[in-house]
Amino acid sequence: MFSSLMGWVDARFPATKLWEEHLSKYYAPKNFNFWYFFGSLALLVLVMQIVTGIFLTMHYKPDAALAFASVEYIMRDVEWGWLIRYLHSTGASAFFIVVYLHMFRGLIYGSYKQPRELVWLFGMFLYLALMAEAFMGYLLPWGQMSFWGAQVIISLFGAIPFVGDQLALWIRGDFVVADATLNRFFAFHVIAVPLVILGLVVAHIIALHEVGSNNPDGVEIKKLKDKNGIPLDGIPFHPYYSVKDIVGVTVFLFIFSLVLFYAPEMDGWFLEHANFVPANPLKTPLHIAPVWYFTPFYAILRAVPSIAGSSFPGVVAMGLSIVFLFLLPWLDRSPVKSIRYRGIYFRTAIVLFVISFIGLGFLGTQPVTPLYTWLARIFSIIYFAFFILMPIYTKHDNDKPVPERVTFK
Amino acid sequence: MSHTVDNSKRRFLTTAASVVVGGAGAAAVAVPFVFSMLPSAKARAAGAPVEVDISKLEVGQLMTIEWRGKPVWIFNRSLESLQELPALNEQLVDPESDTSSQQPAYCKNENRSIRDNIAVLVGICTHLGCSPTYRPDLAPADLGPEWKGGFFCPCHGSRYDLSGRVFKNMPAPKNLVVPPYHFLGDNRIVVGEDPQGAA
Repeated sequence: MFSSLMGWVDARFPATKLWEEHLSKYYAPKNFNFWYFFGSLALLVLVMQIVTGIFLTMHYKPDAALAFASVEYIMRDVEWGWLIRYLHSTGASAFFIVVYLHMFRGLIYGSYKQPRELVWLFGMFLYLALMAEAFMGYLLPWGQMSFWGAQVIISLFGAIPFVGDQLALWIRGDFVVADATLNRFFAFHVIAVPLVILGLVVAHIIALHEVGSNNPDGVEIKKLKDKNGIPLDGIPFHPYYSVKDIVGVTVFLFIFSLVLFYAPEMDGWFLEHANFVPANPLKTPLHIAPVWYFTPFYAILRAVPSIAGSSFPGVVAMGLSIVFLFLLPWLDRSPVKSIRYRGIYFRTAIVLFVISFIGLGFLGTQPVTPLYTWLARIFSIIYFAFFILMPIYTKHDNDKPVPERVTFK
Repeated sequence: MSHTVDNSKRRFLTTAASVVVGGAGAAAVAVPFVFSMLPSAKARAAGAPVEVDISKLEVGQLMTIEWRGKPVWIFNRSLESLQELPALNEQLVDPESDTSSQQPAYCKNENRSIRDNIAVLVGICTHLGCSPTYRPDLAPADLGPEWKGGFFCPCHGSRYDLSGRVFKNMPAPKNLVVPPYHFLGDNRIVVGEDPQGAA
């Protein structure tokens, strides 16, 4: 009965073909470790953000006069509104935690390297879209941090020579961040950017399934196949990894629920204190900082002094800090993918890079002092040196021999 | 019809023509959508001049008013603090207010004001648009012993003196903007309108 129904469908839509290509006959390396949970977790959080977001739009009012009160209305008066809103706000931070770990996995196992350059590029565009989505979503509660955060970030575009002022005006739709800005950010946040994200997720996964997954050994499993053409070190994604990922989901939801129910504001890290005050265009809070996931880039922005009467160099540095991530597949000249078989130069560089990224992330949350400004400059230089010197130190590294087959560790 | 035809060239020309015509069409269709995001007629019409009574503004006191959605500070500087200002010139980016976009011509003077003691500034940092904090206190712990009063931007640490002139080596590139304004009699200021006869 079922098979004849599926036969009818398959003659009209490739349901079985898609199922097999992407799940039951998609052969993934058998040596995935816990770093490989974060891709499917990112998908889980994306679905959660879309579902909670849909329900939030049923009560939220994208109007500068009503927005702040409508969020409080959701929190106090809407049945279960507090839960849906906290799921969405905690989900935003969880999304970035998961995505940063997912990207770090790619970095240490060389998953961006040939032949997976496009997987990496689609992923980087996803990361950009995610940053835009988070930034515009943060304006919607119309609190003090929403307002002044948007004011600062939109002013970044104003620092671009010649066209900057007009561009910032066009983005805001008014001479200051105002109702017009809130209204259009709402449109971008709930429909435009999510559509882009969904499209990029599809491209990211199709590109991945075309070339096959990398693994902690950085060995191409497609090189050695059995007589049926199945990689010797491959196992079908379903049921092996679909079931394994459920374990990851359980652990993730456990930690997520602890934050959600016991510390949804994370003491100002996930929802900043100043955002519980309605937006006031006449008064900047004494200390403003972006939410934690933007602070490394914000610290780079602050570290660069204005040159020749223009704050543009800081904006360029911040932009370049992300552009370099896109270029990673072409900066890395080592024949070895995984950190397990990399030499001392790359291992040292990764450690310094992580220290500088986390250091910048911390400094971006702190008020400006001369000491912190100098620290931020040093960390920024290390951050950029990691990329700029990469073609040199990866080429001359004392890499170890890579095994033929994957190993279990 | 015996002559041969270069089909690949024809194919290229039809493709090129389609791309050009289609591209022009797409660009033309984009225009209304792009322009719809510019400030509306309503937003452009807002921004009428604001009249303020400053009779109760004590020496050292600062009041913030809203003009075109932006904070505008009107504050009363003591004569002693004004005498301190020229000593700072060495440390400033633009002590003579030579950047003409930052103040009207009638405020390009030592104190960047019409009346020496009354300063009017748009309270938006020229770096990234935060509103700096008024710090009239002398030599506070966090700003150092050299501090003679002025403005400190909490976002990125830019410092301005009491005339809104930016210090060197700060993220902010330019002095704070002096908006067009004029006095009506002794105690009233109109912000957003040049004095009669000026500009």
